Amino acid sequence: MKRLSFLMICCAVLGSMQSCKMKNTESAVSGDAASKVYVAPGKYDEFYNFVSGGFNGQVTVYGLPSGRLLKMIPVFSLNPENGYGYSEETKDMLKTTAGYVPWDDQHHLELSQTNGEHDGRWLFANANNTPRIARIDLSTFKTMEILEIPNSAGNHSSPFITENTEYVVAGTRFAVPMGNEDVPINSFKQNFKSTATFVRVDKTTGNMDIAFQIMLPGMNLDLSHAGKGPSHDWFFFSTYNTEQANTLLEVNASQKDKDFIVAVNWKKAEEYANAGKGKRLPAGYVHNTFDEHTQNTTSTLQKDVLVLDPKDCPDMLYMIPCPKSPHGCDIDPTGEYIVGSGKLAALIPVFSFTKLQAAIQNKKFEGVYYGIPVVKYEEALYGEVKKPGLGPLHTEFDAEGNAYTSFFISSEVVKWNIKDLKVIDRSPTFYSVGHLMVPGGDTKKPYGKYLVAYNKITKDRFLPTGPELAQSAQLYSIEGEKLKLLLDFPTFGEPHYAQALPAQKIKDKSTKFYDIMQNKHPFIALGEKNAKVIRQGNRVDIYMTAIRSHLTPDNIEGVFVGDEIYFHVTNLEQDWDVPHGFAIKNNANAELLIMPGETSTLKFIPDKQGIYPFYCTDFCSALHQEMQGYLRVSAKGSNVPLKYGTNATDTAAVLTAQK
Amino acid sequence: MNKLSAFGKGSIILVIIFLASLWIFPMWQIDLRAPQYPGGLSMKIWINDITGDVDIINGLNHYIGMKTIHKADFREFVYLPVAILSFMGLGVVVLLLNRRIGYYLWTAVFLVLGLFSFYDFYKWEYDYGHNLNPDAPIKVPGMAYQPPLLGYKKMLNFEALSQPHVGGWCFILAGVLLLAGCYYERRKSTRL
Repeated sequence: MKRLSFLMICCAVLGSMQSCKMKNTESAVSGDAASKVYVAPGKYDEFYNFVSGGFNGQVTVYGLPSGRLLKMIPVFSLNPENGYGYSEETKDMLKTTAGYVPWDDQHHLELSQTNGEHDGRWLFANANNTPRIARIDLSTFKTMEILEIPNSAGNHSSPFITENTEYVVAGTRFAVPMGNEDVPINSFKQNFKSTATFVRVDKTTGNMDIAFQIMLPGMNLDLSHAGKGPSHDWFFFSTYNTEQANTLLEVNASQKDKDFIVAVNWKKAEEYANAGKGKRLPAGYVHNTFDEHTQNTTSTLQKDVLVLDPKDCPDMLYMIPCPKSPHGCDIDPTGEYIVGSGKLAALIPVFSFTKLQAAIQNKKFEGVYYGIPVVKYEEALYGEVKKPGLGPLHTEFDAEGNAYTSFFISSEVVKWNIKDLKVIDRSPTFYSVGHLMVPGGDTKKPYGKYLVAYNKITKDRFLPTGPELAQSAQLYSIEGEKLKLLLDFPTFGEPHYAQALPAQKIKDKSTKFYDIMQNKHPFIALGEKNAKVIRQGNRVDIYMTAIRSHLTPDNIEGVFVGDEIYFHVTNLEQDWDVPHGFAIKNNANAELLIMPGETSTLKFIPDKQGIYPFYCTDFCSALHQEMQGYLRVSAKGSNVPLKYGTNATDTAAVLTAQK
Repeated sequence: MNKLSAFGKGSIILVIIFLASLWIFPMWQIDLRAPQYPGGLSMKIWINDITGDVDIINGLNHYIGMKTIHKADFREFVYLPVAILSFMGLGVVVLLLNRRIGYYLWTAVFLVLGLFSFYDFYKWEYDYGHNLNPDAPIKVPGMAYQPPLLGYKKMLNFEALSQPHVGGWCFILAGVLLLAGCYYERRKSTRL
């Protein structure tokens, strides 16, 4: 008997050794994964997935569940491919108080909401480096507006929005002195401030303007999310470096056991702002808007901003202690639970909005931080998820009361129940996930079904491409109790946060082409008859048309070295997917990609005489290769008259002569 | 007894109603399909207009030197409504006269009108498909681009399907009804 049980133990040990093998992809993927992500040719994906581009400054759009790349939307970086930031119409979109900033670091995205649900109108994007917020139109997938944020540096906890898109917020990651004051760096504690900026969004046009800024003590605001339902009036920002270090933050900002989540009663702040409790402080910032009809950018320089000082605004701000440099600050669909993710912690604190309100009511404070009441940790705490993993970063939700948290250090996603705080399942990510995303996972009504992990490390996931690799994203099914890995797909730039909504919500209102009769561009050539060349001093405006398969005019003479030449190209097509491109030899500029019904302008200053061919760069038709022309550039002061046309009459004359 | 039967009288009213539908529905429809046009292109011919993707088709046709289609170039859009309206008026007269001979004559007018319309349509299609600009960039020897009067045809990368629309079917139905009416009236008159 004893021998038998010994044998059984041996077998069990051997068996468990088998299952002790480290998990790899093969063991993580189950049999029917392929059919779950297969979108047959001609069929569409179920979701649009908008993914931040990180250090490429743009937004990429993928289809889910296929992981196919659908589009790259240029936002904060130049895009020579379609002339964004190069064309005369779009270059001012990148204008800031520091001049033209051709690049940024795009971290987070937020789809506009009505009643806490996606309304499919706009997508907001933040710029971390030179603080800005952009608004993208979801019918054209075009950047329509960029607003600079003053008194800020590292616009990280942005562009999160309130339930009805009343406000989109910006928060300072790198505390800086207000008004660009010149102070010693080590005077951080006295002079450096953080700001939480509330940007109003117009209900119908989507236009943004800064309503007010809340001046906070110098610290790093990391992420944020608005309350919903019962917590509608509140906004929550996670913070780190409440130690207020200004050097070697790696160590110096990791000293305290707890940093804070800042709870902002934005309704109250709005009241204070309206009641004149704020101060208008001088602060320059640029606001760029793109008009779809004139197809031009209007850039305006704003001169001041309304600043609310918490000292003058009681009951507006509270601090909730949160373990170890929290990153994500996420509110569940009911609006009751606030999940903080201490990125150096080994637990996840879940706060209760009801308890927080009671604690504020009953003044259960443990002290003050620069005059702001700090609520007792236990008084706001609903409970802690114990031993979920190491390094929680960010949490999203499904509609069934479950939460999904990404763990950077232990490289996994963990599913847990909000009510009983018990871990349900965990699945490895390859490797070191940053943000994760459940479609609608930060709204009142998550769509669920999938989870995407946006990983920070790629290593061996795809065929090697030298030292510089694409990033890797992973798609999981969350339909069952267990997380199921379905797909790996490469992403570009470095995705941080992402959003996804059902394709149904926007696909049918996607613009196919621009109505040329609505084109109010000041340099439009409405029809070939209106194509012309006009010289004013050394400025030459070429009103050109493009239609399959010719450019009008295509022979231009009487232009001189040093002239400022503007090619205003109008695409006369009125059909879907017939763009024309435009480029000219030796131009120290990009090309244009002109959509049907659109007019775009490319500037060219020739510095040598010669014949310069120009042509259509987008393979538009069977005669695309013939869609070309010549610009003759003569030496300055030479006697060449201005002449242009398609020489159509000449051709006719030749033909008649031949007959 | 040369008076019209109840069927004969009823058919006159029906024919007039059928013809009135030409002002509500297109007569003919030509559908085009090519790999580059997954949704297809379509052109609808009305008694007094031509609608649909005419601009897109015009844009495409310049490659092979076909003429562009413009509403103003069709005299038919003026004559045809007048002819049909007059024919409908004539129907009221036939109804009031209440004579079989009037009915036969009216039918004959319809047949002439119908045949002439089809001949005219065919002639236009022939000219449209054959009369090509000699400077056209794409020239395929021996190739003509005449759309089918009725039915399917493949031309280069395009497939064309030509068929009556609701108005056209009503027109055809009117013809069938008239012929049936003549047959019925004739049988009735010879039997008696």
